[in-house]
Amino acid sequence: MAKEYKTLMTEIRLPYELSYGPVWTRFFEGMAEKKLYGTKCEKCGRILVPARSFCPRCFVDTTEWVEVAQQGTLTAWSYVNYRYFGMPTEPPFIGALIRLDGTDVDFLHLMGGIDLNDFEQVRKVVKNGMKVRAVWKEERQGHILDIRYFEPI
Amino acid sequence: MGRPVAIIGVGQTKHGRRTEISYPDLVREAVVRVFEDTRLTPADIDGVVSGTMPSMMEGIALTHFYFADAMQAAGKPILKTETCGSTGISIAHTAYYWIASGMADLILAVGHEKMNEGNSQATMTTVVEPFYQRYFIAGAPGVFSMQSQMWAARYGIPEEKIRDAAAYISVAHHDDAFDNPYAHVKLRVTMDDVKNSRLITYPVRLLDVCPNSDGACAVIFASAEMARKLGRKAAWVKGVGYRGEEYFFGDSDKGVWQSAVQAAKQAYDQAGIRDPRKELDVAEVYNPFTFQEMLFYECFGFCGLGEAPDLVLKGVFARNGELPCDPSGGTLCTNPIGATGLIRTAEAALQVTGRAGDHQIPGAKLALCHAMGGVDQFNGVMILGAEP
Repeated sequence: MAKEYKTLMTEIRLPYELSYGPVWTRFFEGMAEKKLYGTKCEKCGRILVPARSFCPRCFVDTTEWVEVAQQGTLTAWSYVNYRYFGMPTEPPFIGALIRLDGTDVDFLHLMGGIDLNDFEQVRKVVKNGMKVRAVWKEERQGHILDIRYFEPI
Repeated sequence: MGRPVAIIGVGQTKHGRRTEISYPDLVREAVVRVFEDTRLTPADIDGVVSGTMPSMMEGIALTHFYFADAMQAAGKPILKTETCGSTGISIAHTAYYWIASGMADLILAVGHEKMNEGNSQATMTTVVEPFYQRYFIAGAPGVFSMQSQMWAARYGIPEEKIRDAAAYISVAHHDDAFDNPYAHVKLRVTMDDVKNSRLITYPVRLLDVCPNSDGACAVIFASAEMARKLGRKAAWVKGVGYRGEEYFFGDSDKGVWQSAVQAAKQAYDQAGIRDPRKELDVAEVYNPFTFQEMLFYECFGFCGLGEAPDLVLKGVFARNGELPCDPSGGTLCTNPIGATGLIRTAEAALQVTGRAGDHQIPGAKLALCHAMGGVDQFNGVMILGAEP
């Protein structure tokens, strides 16, 4: 039998304090009030959600705030059936890209409001192009998880 | 393009779960092999470039300093290149730029990762946007499954067909790995095994996913003058391409992945390639996921959009097919992330110099190698040829 060599157990704990800045602070204040905000780029006309301080394509400040729809269209999804580090939701869950009505980028969140335990059933129900809407938590903290998930309309 | 650049030798570790060896000794294993392969010594080298995925993987920052001795970099210019999953191809690009610029004649490029020493899931979580997106991605399987799902749905590819094609790829690469002495996972599997393996993130199942590997790869790049002087059989860099996209997942289309399309186009334009499927003899596509490998075939112009599953099932990309892809077994069977893109480069170099051993594609003269990284954000391509 091959010799077993020693290993060193070591651990590094690093707490961080990340600044939201004015734009993202305002976005999350909106979430606490059950509102979703985007910003509009004056140059390309795109409405970006979550709100951005500048348009990543045009590199100009985006100063026009728009309250965006809380419903939209499912553009992609993945049924997550394993436990992954740091995920706040117990599997199975569905990660989803949603194009909120009137916006120009996809918004990443969860798809829910259906029985997720039987994947064969999920596959019959969840389709790209289906309409979904945000379901909010009663208790909100100004956090992305203030939306529980998006459910089929 | 700057002045001509050649790859004159490669060295790989045995990849796998390498708990029996320290990380510096693992790196040295690859470095010793590239010196054996080229019959050069560290004194011949003008500069060293290395990289890992993020340093956090092993909990030691700035690994190019940690491995300065193992890479014999003391007294030389040393660079670190780190672009997440595409690190390995970016290291190759850095070495290429260095020599093409005329600032060096011999560069040692080293990619490395020891994924089993840390928590790869925790490390990868830190790649994701922290305020809005980290909570939903579930790592590489989550994000690349979403991308594959978007792609399959867009072209209305029947689920059974895409499932069969992905299983076909898994079986083929797992078989291929048996002919690669350095490959990590060596497992005989059937289509049914793949299709019945545990669901990880729909549509991806366990046998559609790469492993966590420990391993390193070292490659020596040379100027044309130096390659000729040394009289080594060389693989010549014919083109390089690299593209990134916006940071937020959802800001850009992943179904037709523009960074992959544009990176390949840049490399093809430099290499004068118009019909990649016809002109390339072999491709080492970065393929941690079977489904995503098909999306790359399309983005690289190996076939039309939505056509990949049909062609996979016809064997077009198999070992004896029209354009063999990943005859080494690819990333699917071996993934020490910081080394993986450079392993693609090393494998492509071995192919065009006729030195790939049991997984040699007979007569290969022109090869593509590739890696991707970021949550879903970057692609790099390099074209290697048998002739300058």
